[in-house]
Amino acid sequence: MFPIRIRGLRFRPNGRAVLDGVDLDLAGEGITLVLGPNGAGKSVLLRTLCGLITPSDGDIDWGGGRRPASGVMMVFQHPMLLRASVLENVSLAMKPLGVSRAERQRKAADVLERVGLAHRAGDSGRHLSGGEVQRLALARAWLTRPRLLLLDEPTASLDPSATAEVERIIREIRTDGTRILMTTHNLGQATRLGDDVVFMSAGRVREHTPVQRFFARPASDEARLFIQGELPWRMSF
Amino acid sequence: MPTLSTTLLDAVALLATFDAQVAEIVWLSLRVSGAAVVLGTAIGLPLGAVLAIGRFPGQQAAIVLINGLMGLPSVVVGVVVYLLLSRSGPFGAFGLLYTPSAMVIAQTLLVIPLMAAIARQVVEDAWQRYEEELRVMRFSWWQSVTTLLYDCRHSLMVAVLAGLGRAMSEVGAVMVVGGNIDRVTRVMTTAIALETSKGDLPLAIALGIVLVVVILVLNAVAFAVRGWAMRRYG
Ligand SMILES: Nc1ncnc2c1ncn2[C@@H]1O[C@H](COP(=O)(O)OP(=O)(O)OP(=O)(O)O)[C@@H](O)[C@H]1O
Ligand SMILES: [Mg+2]
Repeated sequence: MFPIRIRGLRFRPNGRAVLDGVDLDLAGEGITLVLGPNGAGKSVLLRTLCGLITPSDGDIDWGGGRRPASGVMMVFQHPMLLRASVLENVSLAMKPLGVSRAERQRKAADVLERVGLAHRAGDSGRHLSGGEVQRLALARAWLTRPRLLLLDEPTASLDPSATAEVERIIREIRTDGTRILMTTHNLGQATRLGDDVVFMSAGRVREHTPVQRFFARPASDEARLFIQGELPWRMSF
Repeated sequence: MPTLSTTLLDAVALLATFDAQVAEIVWLSLRVSGAAVVLGTAIGLPLGAVLAIGRFPGQQAAIVLINGLMGLPSVVVGVVVYLLLSRSGPFGAFGLLYTPSAMVIAQTLLVIPLMAAIARQVVEDAWQRYEEELRVMRFSWWQSVTTLLYDCRHSLMVAVLAGLGRAMSEVGAVMVVGGNIDRVTRVMTTAIALETSKGDLPLAIALGIVLVVVILVLNAVAFAVRGWAMRRYG
């Protein structure tokens, strides 16, 4: 599946270029942060990678294959929750894999343990807090051992301790061998978690560099202004 | 000429003595309509879910058709089933006409569009919220159907109740295919119609009261169960 090579990816619904020729290479390991202003096309890029959006042009090479057989998962900013227990909400992800119900529930219980939700297994998924919902969604994605995991603002609107917990889980999933591509508006999080940064604006990738270098010496004025624009916010802590 | 109040008193007396004839009629009504709703649930709810999430040619037309059939007069359904089951009809050999089975078939056909239409609406709302994630998890369309029906189970009780209400209260279909034969195919609604035309108002009213009470009790139970489930699962 790796390296993933994206070339000239365009998505132009109604003639408006949402993705305007994205070029990007993703090697097989680590955590890549996709940064950029609102409307840059970050979420659309993730949705395209997991097959929810069909690009108008360009192609994605999945390590030689045209499309990934499976092994791509995505966690959305507002994860779906069935009116069912936390355990059932997690084991759901294995339903299409032809695994028996007992086996699904056993594996789901294991992964709930790893995200620290084992004690909530029997509660309704709809009664969880925002941080717990994100952990549930991460557990659900992790359960299938994806090769590539896409996370769209997994800690938006979480408090600092819930954010730290989610970051711990993301690191563990990475250690478990899953490649992670995620968006965030939390630049502190980018420095804590990221190996490299993909900076997007107006539907294009403007630079793709190691995290330290991105914050120390951004390649473009745009990236520099973007980082500075977030600085006062960061210092208000 | 009996007054309204004496008629009512007679009706209540009839219920108080737990008249065996009344009990028999009520029991048959519950069995026939209950069976029709069970079949209607098994067919109508998945049908509604398929209409909500499927993407196939003719889908829009199918939705319009189902919505239209919802308001079909029950007597028309009765006539269609009558033609199918009568001696010279395609299923005449089974000899089902004027049996409770024929009434179940007619009522099942009557409630399927109603239950499917409600289920489609309910499931479509859930599908809009879940579609992307189910697609990412590579759910087949049938796995999506079963997952959504399960998730909407509390709301779908409305569809089941609506089906039960329609089946229990209709008179046209069971009259035509059942024939209102005493002790064989006589149910509450057909008995009410007959007794009223014969002038036996106390019996008609007694049955009417039972009909209303049964429907109210079923609704109350369903409402309570739904309220509990909502608190439990949100
Ligand atoms: N399926 C779609 N069809 C048409 N336009 C879309 C679609 N999805 C997103 N867009 C548009 O594409 C643009 C980029 O959206 P996107 O959600 O990718 O931005 P983003 O970089 O994730 O921003 P944010 O930081 O606010 O999440 C937006 O203007 C949005 O309205
Ligand atoms: Mg976004």
